Amino acid sequence: MLVAFLAVFVFVLAVWPLGRLFAEALGTGESGRSFGLISEAMASRAFGRAFWNTLETSAASVAVSVLLGLPLALAISLIRIGNRVALTFLVLSPLLIPSQIMALAWIELMGSSSPILGLLGLAPAPGAMNPLYSRGGIVWLMGIEHMPLVFLAVRASLTSLPEDLVEAARIGGAGTFRIVAGVLLPLTAPAMVAGASLAFAASVGNFGVPALLGIPGRYPMLTTLIYQRLNGFGPAVIGQVAVLALVLVAMAGVALGLRGIVLSRSVPIDRSGRPLVPFDAGRFRRPIVVVLWNVVTLLAVVPLLALVGAALSPAVGVRLAPDTLTLDGFRSTLIGSATVRRAFANSILLSAGAAVAAAGIAVGLAYLGTVRRLKLARWTAWFAELPFIVPGTVLALAYILVFLPPLPVIGVSIYGSATILLLAYISRFLALAIGPVQTALASLDPNLDEMGRILGAGTFRRIVKLIVPLAAPAAAAGAILVFMTAFNELTVSALLWSSGVETIGVMVFSLQYEGNSTSAAALSVASIGFVLVLALLVDRLGSRLPAGTLPWRS
Amino acid sequence: MANIRFDDVSKRYPGKIAVDRVSFEVPNGTFFALLGPSGCGKTTILRLIAGLERPDAGEIAIGKKPVAGHGRFVGPEHRGLGMVFQSYALWPHMTVAANVDFGLAGRGLSRAERRNRVREALDLVGLSAEGARRPHQLSGGQRQRVALARSLAVRPGIILLDEPLANLDAHLRQTMLAEFGRIHAQARTTFVFVTHDQNEAMALADQVAVMDHGRLQQLAPPEELFSRPASPMVARFVGQGRLLAADVVASAGRTTRIRLDDTEFQVEGAAPIGPGWLCLRARDVELAGDGAAGERLNGRVVASRFEGGDHRLTVEVGAAGATGLVDVLSPQRGRIGEAVRLALRGGWVLAREAT
Repeated sequence: MLVAFLAVFVFVLAVWPLGRLFAEALGTGESGRSFGLISEAMASRAFGRAFWNTLETSAASVAVSVLLGLPLALAISLIRIGNRVALTFLVLSPLLIPSQIMALAWIELMGSSSPILGLLGLAPAPGAMNPLYSRGGIVWLMGIEHMPLVFLAVRASLTSLPEDLVEAARIGGAGTFRIVAGVLLPLTAPAMVAGASLAFAASVGNFGVPALLGIPGRYPMLTTLIYQRLNGFGPAVIGQVAVLALVLVAMAGVALGLRGIVLSRSVPIDRSGRPLVPFDAGRFRRPIVVVLWNVVTLLAVVPLLALVGAALSPAVGVRLAPDTLTLDGFRSTLIGSATVRRAFANSILLSAGAAVAAAGIAVGLAYLGTVRRLKLARWTAWFAELPFIVPGTVLALAYILVFLPPLPVIGVSIYGSATILLLAYISRFLALAIGPVQTALASLDPNLDEMGRILGAGTFRRIVKLIVPLAAPAAAAGAILVFMTAFNELTVSALLWSSGVETIGVMVFSLQYEGNSTSAAALSVASIGFVLVLALLVDRLGSRLPAGTLPWRS
Repeated sequence: MANIRFDDVSKRYPGKIAVDRVSFEVPNGTFFALLGPSGCGKTTILRLIAGLERPDAGEIAIGKKPVAGHGRFVGPEHRGLGMVFQSYALWPHMTVAANVDFGLAGRGLSRAERRNRVREALDLVGLSAEGARRPHQLSGGQRQRVALARSLAVRPGIILLDEPLANLDAHLRQTMLAEFGRIHAQARTTFVFVTHDQNEAMALADQVAVMDHGRLQQLAPPEELFSRPASPMVARFVGQGRLLAADVVASAGRTTRIRLDDTEFQVEGAAPIGPGWLCLRARDVELAGDGAAGERLNGRVVASRFEGGDHRLTVEVGAAGATGLVDVLSPQRGRIGEAVRLALRGGWVLAREAT
């Protein structure tokens, strides 16, 4: 019963819209020939440019992600240093900070009125174009934004390696360098490739960075091309952009497929032994620590300081100095603008709604799939991952396609209402909630549930009395992850919002687009502060969670 | 009166038959043990009784009510049983009393009645003082008792116990075993007890079902299982029996003449004339002095170990090419290679299946 309900729910929210979109892309188009739409779209010059740009920048940004993420992961997991949790948290902060805000922060950092470059006398001359509005800028920012994916993959594989391997190499006479280069690196290579593939897939689907840097820099990518086409011509062109969506999915799919192949082909490692003990770096420890903190500060802290500076400046272009600092930007943006206040309320309500719904569905699906071992529930959980895997732009397009016409039975279209955003958020981020709950329930003794059955408790009573209390910490963590991610979301919202249901992500984007970067910065700082407080809250919860739920605690 | 009835029940898992056409009955109020090596299907039988698994073929009835078979299936929620898992499966987020109380909901009992039932059940297992504690604050033996109390509280006709003593240390195991006996006598409930340890099974059970490779090998009271095993597997598994290949030359009633190493012996058991097995345990054999009369088995000591106050010698007997091993108790340590003569005090003959 319950499983059928959840399966239908996930089908309507995830499988059906995506399936419809792909069917649309494979349609006939104006020419009437089969696959006409695809061949028409492929022939257009704009498509060709955006396609190659996407491929080029994504590949280059993966190189940046690996060059940053791999050394950071090696240093933080292999060397005995203090404050490891704080360092890891900073390295992973791009996961918490959405790409449009990250882009905004770097724009402020590198711009002519940069409060930090200004202090150093390095700021570009006023009026000069911001150097980030270029291919290089997009590559660099997407590289930083997706660096945590490489970092996490490498660190997970390193820290679970058994210490025996290192001890055996030591006894065999190898020094630290040979152990790292000859034993540990080769064993983590598959994880690195897997992380890099994830970074590629994420870059292909990234919207925030190309939107803030590529649109003013006249450097179109597939996601921004879809956005501009839809914005310019309206839902009539959905068939054409569906083809672009299909290409996006194919590019991400190839990367994820590569990841699957690498992971399945890599040599199996027995990870049951005592985990790796970090090395003592001896006299190199100090320099390494200094370099680490400098790099991490530059990547994660300095841009945010620039953002705060911009938010505190009296007007765009005014050099920041102690006597010009003002809270006017915050005041006028957060209190003065009714639209911004509404956006805050919308984002809180939508993300909270999505978080609660996703956690509830996750508990149901994980219980039925993991504890009760129902095949249908496991398939459903698998399908529920799809909207998270495909680029957000693709999901938003699919939702427009399916939910633009009035719904059957009630005869009302949910397009242009908050409902479509809520449903899209639920389906996009459901996977984030399913993950921790599934991990928690997988380690649960199935006898706990079976005993409830034997004593006569029905499914509903067992879920409420036995499963929910036991899965609560994981479900709460999942819900908070969903909330934090949905709160600042831009990619899906940019295509599905309508006036009255603006979200924070959309507001930041449009304020910056209008040239009101002080307001954009103030709103960004406020929303990041909000998310950071939440992150600290979950961190408090950390001790009651199964290991691996929080990415920054290993 | 039959309390549980299995009729030709089979259960398959991918690539394995866990239960292979098993039929048996458990009379009301018995202490019934399911014994066998790991992977023999005994736990699957328990889970079939509980309703946690569905049989692929055959019928299961509990009381007079069919619960599985002919397309019918009664889920575990509606079978009204009790169960004690090897892991105890106590709910960690509930107190001991709440754990015991869980099964009492939805039975039309008043609050006071429920409280009484919880107290009674905790009294019966000797944990009246621990109701407010949480499972993780209890010792292994106490958790075990809570698991039992949880099932006793609902006053089921049957309580299933899945290797309940496996997670306890040796000393506690003896104590709990005695407790199970006491509680079984007091509660007058049918106990179905799964174990791989023959001593546990033999100690308390009225009936023991020996399983091997999904098949029921023998169902008998412990004494009979020990003295009259029905198959070579049971003979080997129960009481460390040794099997010697022998020729049956005559069989009448309960006694049989067999030839072993050119000597004829009179042994209990019935088997058709032809190849057979002679099952010997240490207590069936003794070392014979040189001068004594009667049939003797000649052998050679191959191993000797000190066990339970005696030296247990393993002796190789029989002619070259058809040798077998026999255990015998001796007051002295045996020298490896030493020639000994054995006299038979007992033994049991089994037919040899075509192999």
